[in-house]
Amino acid sequence: MPRLSPALLLGAVLLGIVLLAAAVPDWLAPYDPLAFDFTALSAAPSAIHPFGTDQFGRDILSRTIHAARIDLQIALFCMVFPLLIGGLIGLLVGWYGGWIDAVFGRLVDLVVTFPFLVLVIFFVAVLGPGLVNVYIAVACVGWVPYAKLMRAEVLVQRQSDYVAAGRVLGYAMPRILLRHILPNACRPVLVYAVTDMALAILLGSSLGYLGLGAQPPTAEWGVLIADGKNFFTTAPWISLFPGVAIVLAGIGFSLTGDGLADFLAVKK
Amino acid sequence: MPRLGWLLGRLLQIVPTFLLIGIAVFVLARLLPGDAVSAMLGDRASDETINRLTAQLGLNRSLGAQLLAFLSAAVQGDFGASLSRHVPVLRLVAEALPVTLSLVAIATVLALAIALPLAFIAALNANRWPDIAIRAVFQVGLSSPVFYIGLILLTVFAGWLGWFPVGGYGETFGEHLYHLFLPGLTLSLSFAAVVMRNLRAAVLAVLTAEYVDFARAKGLARSVVLLRHVLRNALIATVTLVGLHVGALLGGAVITETVFAVPGVGRLMIDSIFARDYPVIQALTLVLAVLVSLAFLVTDFVQMWLDPRVGR
Repeated sequence: MPRLSPALLLGAVLLGIVLLAAAVPDWLAPYDPLAFDFTALSAAPSAIHPFGTDQFGRDILSRTIHAARIDLQIALFCMVFPLLIGGLIGLLVGWYGGWIDAVFGRLVDLVVTFPFLVLVIFFVAVLGPGLVNVYIAVACVGWVPYAKLMRAEVLVQRQSDYVAAGRVLGYAMPRILLRHILPNACRPVLVYAVTDMALAILLGSSLGYLGLGAQPPTAEWGVLIADGKNFFTTAPWISLFPGVAIVLAGIGFSLTGDGLADFLAVKK
Repeated sequence: MPRLGWLLGRLLQIVPTFLLIGIAVFVLARLLPGDAVSAMLGDRASDETINRLTAQLGLNRSLGAQLLAFLSAAVQGDFGASLSRHVPVLRLVAEALPVTLSLVAIATVLALAIALPLAFIAALNANRWPDIAIRAVFQVGLSSPVFYIGLILLTVFAGWLGWFPVGGYGETFGEHLYHLFLPGLTLSLSFAAVVMRNLRAAVLAVLTAEYVDFARAKGLARSVVLLRHVLRNALIATVTLVGLHVGALLGGAVITETVFAVPGVGRLMIDSIFARDYPVIQALTLVLAVLVSLAFLVTDFVQMWLDPRVGR
């Protein structure tokens, strides 16, 4: 049994903080994230407002805490849909092989020629800005790494004795695939998914910043940074603190993912 | 000459790849909801006007005929006219593309300049404090969104210190370099983190390889071994990484150009989204995918040149 590494512990602690903020923002946030305070416009960080206020007097700390829920939701959905689609495709391609595998190979070659962000932006451009359309776009584009990981793992598992035993016993294909191969093949995919959520946090906030993802007045970290970008020279705290939240959440996910990979001895 | 055959085969592969990219862009544009005619005319156009424009754009023909027309026009560089700017799309793309390519080139050079020495320092001090410090800094870089890094660099070095221009592209080559330095640095950091991580692992792997032990046993100096054996092999891995990363750099360039108001492909794309300028978005997606597939091709060639085992 390998020991838990300090990096994994740090990642878990950071994730815990973000999860806590997402779960009970009202307990943690000192103010209403949408309440204007015209007596404290663009106030610098102080004891009353630890992260300062924006140009409407809204408390940055409260807005950053409240944004955790929406950003975690983005990260989760940007991971789950590609995971499900890619996992299913990888499972079937790895099992059947042959011409299906050849078509899969060509399709992957094609999708990877499109820059990920450009393709997501293309989808969002046609479907219109907004979070639901971001999820659709990411599901259509982001399944490739999951499918490749799952396919590779199924190719290995397919050769094993327990699969041969299942066949001899006359089990139907779905039973072998879902009950026997999937539990043995899913570990690398799930570990990758944790690391992928770090990328999803960056993607979600980038689209929010560009005005294509979460729409104001929703408190989302990327939108918060975009709100403050015109005041960055005079009131840098408006954008600075939501950015710190993104960085810490990203570090949390990638340290946890890397740590889990080492802990579970998964090849990356 | 098996390698010549491999080279030619790889070169010919690019034709079906281009064709598939064209078909994919066409199908995506047609499959997704929203249509060009109502985008161009707005909601209040009469049926007669709509029909006339539909016929003029050839949208009343069969999908197959439309696809053929689209592909043959695209081969000739004809992407139609921009809906919002009323100039040929090709001209817009041709103006913006060199800017973005320069940005990506500068970012790549900076990323390698940052990552190469640090990766060696980290690998040679594996798991001691220089290694841990370097990896910690890059972990932060890897977790920071491009637009956030950009805003901070922009404010500190262009706003407060005034060392660099706040945005734009300039007129002369020297001005271009000067204007693109901060955006290039912004774009380079996350890529530098990826290169550093991989190169560090590659150097560590090479350091324990038997031929390095042998070279040391022959009495070669440590620096000679590092340069001639370790660096060369570690670089092969890095070249592949650069090629595979071109797409991500182009994607990052979209955000960087928006932050720094650089008149490149990314800014054009974002502006076109809000102007509902479909022909421009369609053409840019196509051109960028073609660029990435060309980058893959060049990567394969360079790799063959560096690594004699490839293509045998």
